[in-house]
Amino acid sequence: MHDDDLLVQSVALDGRLAIEGPLAAPAGAVTVLLGPNGAGKSTLLKALAGIEPARLEASLGGRELATLPAAERRDAFYYLPQLGNSQAALSVHEAVLLSYKTLHPGRVRPTDLARVEAALAGMGLEALAGRRLASLSGGQYQRVAIAQAVVRRPRILMMDEPTSALDLHQQLRVLEWLRAEADSGRTVLLALHDLNLAARFADRCWLLKEGRCRLAGPAGSCLTADHLEPLFDVRLEVDAGEDGAPRIQALGLRQRCVPGGEPLGSRAARV
Amino acid sequence: MSLEAAVSEVRPAPAESFRRQEARHRAWLLAGLGMLLVAFMADLLLGPGKHPPGQVLEALVTPEQAGPLVRITLWQIRLPTALLAVLAGAGLAVAGSQMQTVLDNPLADPFTLGLASAASFGAALAVVAGISLLPLAGHLAAAGNAFVFSLLAAGMIHLLSRLRGVGLDTLVLLGIATMFTFNALLGLLQYLASPDALQQLVFWSLGSLSRPSGLKLGLIAAVLAGTLIVSRRLGWQLGALRLGGIQAQAMGVRVARLRLGMLAAMALLTAVVVAAVGTIGFVGLVAPHMARLLVGEQQRHFLPLSALCGATLMCVADLASKLVVPGLVLPIGIITALAGLPAFFLLILRRRRPS
Repeated sequence: MHDDDLLVQSVALDGRLAIEGPLAAPAGAVTVLLGPNGAGKSTLLKALAGIEPARLEASLGGRELATLPAAERRDAFYYLPQLGNSQAALSVHEAVLLSYKTLHPGRVRPTDLARVEAALAGMGLEALAGRRLASLSGGQYQRVAIAQAVVRRPRILMMDEPTSALDLHQQLRVLEWLRAEADSGRTVLLALHDLNLAARFADRCWLLKEGRCRLAGPAGSCLTADHLEPLFDVRLEVDAGEDGAPRIQALGLRQRCVPGGEPLGSRAARV
Repeated sequence: MSLEAAVSEVRPAPAESFRRQEARHRAWLLAGLGMLLVAFMADLLLGPGKHPPGQVLEALVTPEQAGPLVRITLWQIRLPTALLAVLAGAGLAVAGSQMQTVLDNPLADPFTLGLASAASFGAALAVVAGISLLPLAGHLAAAGNAFVFSLLAAGMIHLLSRLRGVGLDTLVLLGIATMFTFNALLGLLQYLASPDALQQLVFWSLGSLSRPSGLKLGLIAAVLAGTLIVSRRLGWQLGALRLGGIQAQAMGVRVARLRLGMLAAMALLTAVVVAAVGTIGFVGLVAPHMARLLVGEQQRHFLPLSALCGATLMCVADLASKLVVPGLVLPIGIITALAGLPAFFLLILRRRRPS
């Protein structure tokens, strides 16, 4: 077993999460969390990062997370929150440096600056390095947030909708970078909404709904119409693309709506 | 390709522009130090007493050759007062900076959060009514009471801020309510006080640099130095708070603990300053904004410059209190309020603009 393999047995957070494993996120793979809004994707990632106080039974490289010293756990995991913003009077360069220095406090050394440069270059932010955070667009801020994650080189990189505000070019740039990170042996977990991006970049999927895990396994076996249609309550067409990755197209809602009432499907699902 | 190459040649590399920015920030720190020295010297040389500045300067450089009157004026009145102005100004500015950082609210400072009023009431309780909450006497009793009450106010604000639905931006309203509460209590003390004690109460409500002592100076200097050292050690974590609570937590900062600890430290700093000089508003609010405007919010530049700005402002306010009305020394709290209120309005109006 690799040192950075993450294996989740169970996660419980009263009323919000009741996940029964095993869910595996092996080192060297991109694991994508899929599910409708409110399924618990963010909460699960936060629980793994130690931000949400959940009852957690999980191991990293065979070691129980609960027995891991707090400092080691903080250094090993990094959770990138959903699209945020900041009114801080900090430049992009300062913000990325700040992220690195919270991990390695003390004087700013030339090697620190080299790390920051590399992270900025990785996200194509060189031109924005001197800009204040408050002046950035949503997509630009998202890239800064990703650079803040990149610069720390966490063993387990968890990102919540990292591409939600990005244009097509930047989406692919970020995901290809994550692909390369995973290929170099890092453990990558992503919450994504775009099924086609998931199909293109995921090695493994965790399908979540209503705080529970419906299915976890290799992407190929998860990303089928049989599994995804009930997950999102939609009708889908899934073809095999030319390169082998599935192409997923939404055809419409799965159930008819009663005029003025609740969709039938959601009522049925709760029974 | 050639166009991109050309663009990257014109634009300095991030490393280079960062180095330039650092140099600029250091230059501002030096400039702040220079301004403080100028204001401090002016505060020493000018004032009532009809001693020409030249004579005062002589007394400063060669005290043994100066006349006894000018020597006493400088060494026993103006120098301690000016030192108290520097320390109190820096202390209020540091407390304001860290409250703004920790509570993520540009309107926070010891005055707007009611900490200063609480501390002022506590100190007045010791001096006027002779009630000491801690087993201390004299100025220490005043400082002790001030600390207990400002800690109480800070604790209340912290607890209320943790309630659901009370955002960090509502805090200033809570602070203003706290301020009114303790002002009313101070008024009650005033109503009950003897004419003699009434004189002293004016000191607490309007602020005054007029009774410096070695103990007051030493106490502020010690607490200020302590908070600066702690802030420097925690600088990166404090900076991360400005990125938002979740992001800071993701970076491994224990947000709730850091907030609470810093609030307590700032309550202590506010208390020792207020116990020495009474309520002097707006320095702690305006100085951090000046520093932020000049060097941004990297703690290692922001905090020292904020302290320098606060000290300079207080020296200038002291100077103004001596010079605005010839022959009369106005309470310094009135000067800072009159000069600081426009800045407060400006900040409120700027906040209303959608970000």
